[in-house]
Amino acid sequence: MADVIVLANADERDLRQLAEYRAVGGYTQLERVRSLEPAAIIDELNTANLRGRGGAFFPSGRKMQFIPPKEQIPKPHYVCVNADESEPGTFKDREIMNRVPHRLIEGSLIAAHAIDSQHVFIYIRGEYLDAFETLRTALDDARGAGLFNGVTVVLHRGAGAYICGEESGLLESLEGKRGQARSRPPFPAASGLYASPTLINNVETIATIPKILELGGAEYAKIGAPPDSTGTRLFCLSGNVVKGGNYELPMGITIREVIYDLGGGIPDGRALKAVIPGGSSMPILTADQIDVPLEHDALRALDTFLGAAAVIVVDDRACMVQLGLRVAQFYMHESCGKCTPCREGTRWMVQLLEAIEAGDATHSQLDLLLDVCDRILGKCLCPLGDAAAMPVASYVVKFRDEFRAHVDQGGCPFGGESSLEGLFAPVDQHTHHPVAEVPA
Amino acid sequence: MARPLADEVRAIAEQYPESTSAVLPALRIAQERHGGWLPPEALEEVGEALGLTPAYCKGVASFYDMFHLAPVGRRLVEVCTNICCGLRGAQDVLQAFERELDVRPGETTPDGAFTLRAVECIGGCGWPTVVAIDDRHRLNVSAGDVPGIVQELRGG
Repeated sequence: MADVIVLANADERDLRQLAEYRAVGGYTQLERVRSLEPAAIIDELNTANLRGRGGAFFPSGRKMQFIPPKEQIPKPHYVCVNADESEPGTFKDREIMNRVPHRLIEGSLIAAHAIDSQHVFIYIRGEYLDAFETLRTALDDARGAGLFNGVTVVLHRGAGAYICGEESGLLESLEGKRGQARSRPPFPAASGLYASPTLINNVETIATIPKILELGGAEYAKIGAPPDSTGTRLFCLSGNVVKGGNYELPMGITIREVIYDLGGGIPDGRALKAVIPGGSSMPILTADQIDVPLEHDALRALDTFLGAAAVIVVDDRACMVQLGLRVAQFYMHESCGKCTPCREGTRWMVQLLEAIEAGDATHSQLDLLLDVCDRILGKCLCPLGDAAAMPVASYVVKFRDEFRAHVDQGGCPFGGESSLEGLFAPVDQHTHHPVAEVPA
Repeated sequence: MARPLADEVRAIAEQYPESTSAVLPALRIAQERHGGWLPPEALEEVGEALGLTPAYCKGVASFYDMFHLAPVGRRLVEVCTNICCGLRGAQDVLQAFERELDVRPGETTPDGAFTLRAVECIGGCGWPTVVAIDDRHRLNVSAGDVPGIVQELRGG
């Protein structure tokens, strides 16, 4: 397949081996660009219109341009690779690290050259032990082969905290602190790790860089859905689908194609009910919206986002109140506790959703739930609260009849038959925060 | 004879511009050396190695799900119960482990062999249900697989 970029050649060869990676042209771009001015690399990324693959879709070249020159801030510059993939529904960075670790390392070293940095930190989530070991071996091999050229690369394991995938939480954690979000400004480009200029990029973003330089930015920009959604994504397909897994495809493929052509459709003869297009924090789409192309602009027009390209398929057995409750429980669990709207609001969301599911809520409490979501959105230092409020509000709005039915029937209309019935959330293991009650 | 913890921690700390960055790796090593959890003396050792107070170390450790401030079993069985696994029967898998091990999530068997936990998404959503056993992921686990897994762990 011509349009496989990040996982190119990984089906035919064991690219974890340095020799195999070199046999397909690996590290030649690194060696080539080391004689180039950093600006030439950044120009190429801007021409490619590479956007951040962690979810924010920010132009990667421009992010590098924000790093001030050393004459302006005479401190070391740092590259942090965000490998703390933790959003429910995402598991693409895991695949990249497990299958093409050298492409990530090559991209990291190119990024370091592009911002005149000698120090790379790769922050990998603690739960990815296999990927950590694969990456560690690959780093040792690359270092042993003299490819680092004076750059230090430190592989740093997290210890289980979703918030550390948020850039400022990651920096706090890497400095040896609780991973709580920072106030911005200052932004990491000026004052990030150890208060020094820092570039933070997602694994997939970094692992795309060597191929962009190999193809040329202009050629890369023809792939996918230009002008904004150029290139490929690793779509993480999960939920009620026959063949879940990662599929690298050009942006612009429709959700229908991903679910039915690649994923083999919905199992057990069930009907499609809804699709979450970008990971658990993204507003949901209904079954009649799946002809939307998976690219930024088309999804924005439907009030949702491509996020981390995690397509979660929900069939007609799922109760949307239970889905909302479990999503809210997750973000309540993962809230770092720093900002009141997120810390308290996620708890209120959980309590309201529990009451709705139990049949103890009134119709006005459906509006109260939307109001709580609105009082979280955009009111915190980082997007974690938004990540809870956006999807849950979308469930209430798009599946209002189902929420109302819980109130009218005094309980769940699925009568214990929902696929999510009885799903256990590990919230009881985290009781260090006092729980505030929802005011009457 | 294992290398003293302080030596190992200081060697790791040298990788970082500021030694406090080594607190997570240090806590991990201390936890491994103390039977899978962080008793007060483990926090003191980490603090001493890095020039931090035990209270600081506990404050950091308590933030992260993979550090345990109470004793755990010799084997840690963690079942993902987030939405992607939940849509595909994670609750049945968790209940099967509860039956086989005769404990509730969060509890340790009386013989200290197993701690069972329900955990948030561990990043294997396309291959549900994901079960981590001592941080090694088993993919596509169904409730029917659970008796065999427990038997294997008991026998192994």
